Amino acid sequence: MSGRVLVGVKRVIDYAVKIRVKADNTGVVTDGVKHSMNPFCEIAVEEAVKLKEKKLVKEVVAVSCGPQQSQETIRTALAMGADRGIHVEVSGKDYETLGPLQVSKIMAALAKKEDAQLIILGKQAIDDDCNQTGQMTAALLDWPQGTFASEVTLDGDKIKVVREIDGGLETIKINTPAVLTADLRLNTPRYATLPNIMKAKKKKIANVKPADLGVNLTSRLEVLKVEDPPQRQAGMKVETVEDLVGKLKEAGKV
Amino acid sequence: MANPLRPEVVRLYKNLLYLGREYPKGSDYFRARLRAAFTKNKSVQDPEQIKAMIARGEYVAQELEALYYLRKYRAMKKRYYEE
Repeated sequence: MSGRVLVGVKRVIDYAVKIRVKADNTGVVTDGVKHSMNPFCEIAVEEAVKLKEKKLVKEVVAVSCGPQQSQETIRTALAMGADRGIHVEVSGKDYETLGPLQVSKIMAALAKKEDAQLIILGKQAIDDDCNQTGQMTAALLDWPQGTFASEVTLDGDKIKVVREIDGGLETIKINTPAVLTADLRLNTPRYATLPNIMKAKKKKIANVKPADLGVNLTSRLEVLKVEDPPQRQAGMKVETVEDLVGKLKEAGKV
Repeated sequence: MANPLRPEVVRLYKNLLYLGREYPKGSDYFRARLRAAFTKNKSVQDPEQIKAMIARGEYVAQELEALYYLRKYRAMKKRYYEE
C-alpha cells in the first residue's frame, strides 16, 4: 500500500506546566503559558514517519486546526519528518468551541480532498481528554478504525493493529483506508532537533479555512463552568477501632 | 580560531543550547554550564582531541533527548494508565 497519510497534531498546554483555572471559572489560563504538541500526537507523527521510512507510504501530511500559533506545532511535525503541513485556520470564538466533532469533520473533508489512505491521530489530547476525534473521523468517512494502537503492521492492503484494551491486548485486521489512533507504547517519538527544524523551514504549510472545506464549526456544547478539583482533606489518625467506628458514625457513614 | 572544525563545534553548541531550553534545573543553569564547558576547552588545537570532545557533546545531546523522553513517558503513564 503506497499513498498519503494525514496526521493530526494538536497544540496543547505543555504537559509539564501547572494548570491554573481562570478567575472567572470560564476556562484555564492559556496566555503566556508554554504550549507544545500533544504527546499522543507526537507518537502519531512518529508512526507516520516510520511508515514513510519503511517506504510503505509515500507522503506524510501534518494537519493542525487552530490559530496562527498552531503553525509552530506543524513545524515540529515537519521537523520530525512530515513532508508538508496544512494549517486549518480557526481562531477566536470558533477556536474556543472547537471540539472533536468539528475537527473530525475537518479531517474527513481533508482526507477526501487530499486522497489520503490513512489517518493517524493521537488517542486523546491531554487538555480535553476527549478520546473522540479518531472515532468520529472514521465514522464520518465510513472507514474502519484501529484505536489505542500499540502496534501497527501494514499487510498488503490490510492493516494489522494490536490494541491496548482494558483486558489486555486485542489484535484486529482492518481494511484500508483506515483511521488509527496512537497509544503510548506505539513507538518512541524522535526529538525535533535544531538541524531538523532548520531543514523543515523549507517545507510548505498550506493555509486553509474551514469554510473552504465546507465545514460548519458550530458547537452543540457549551462550557458552563471550569473549576479546580476539590482540595484533598487531611487524613485523621485514630487510636482504637472503637474510635474509628465512633468517627464514622459521627460522619454519618455507618 | 580558524580551525576547520570550528563550524562543527559551533553547530554542536547551538544544538546543545536548543536542547537545554527544557532542562529540568532551568535553561539558565544549563546555559551557564554549557558556556563554562566550551570556554574551558577553548585553546585546544589538536583535531583528534576536538573530534573526541565533539563526540562527547553529541553523547550529552542524546542523553538529554532520552531524559526528556523518559520524563514525558513517565508522566503520561502515571496520568493515564492505572498500575
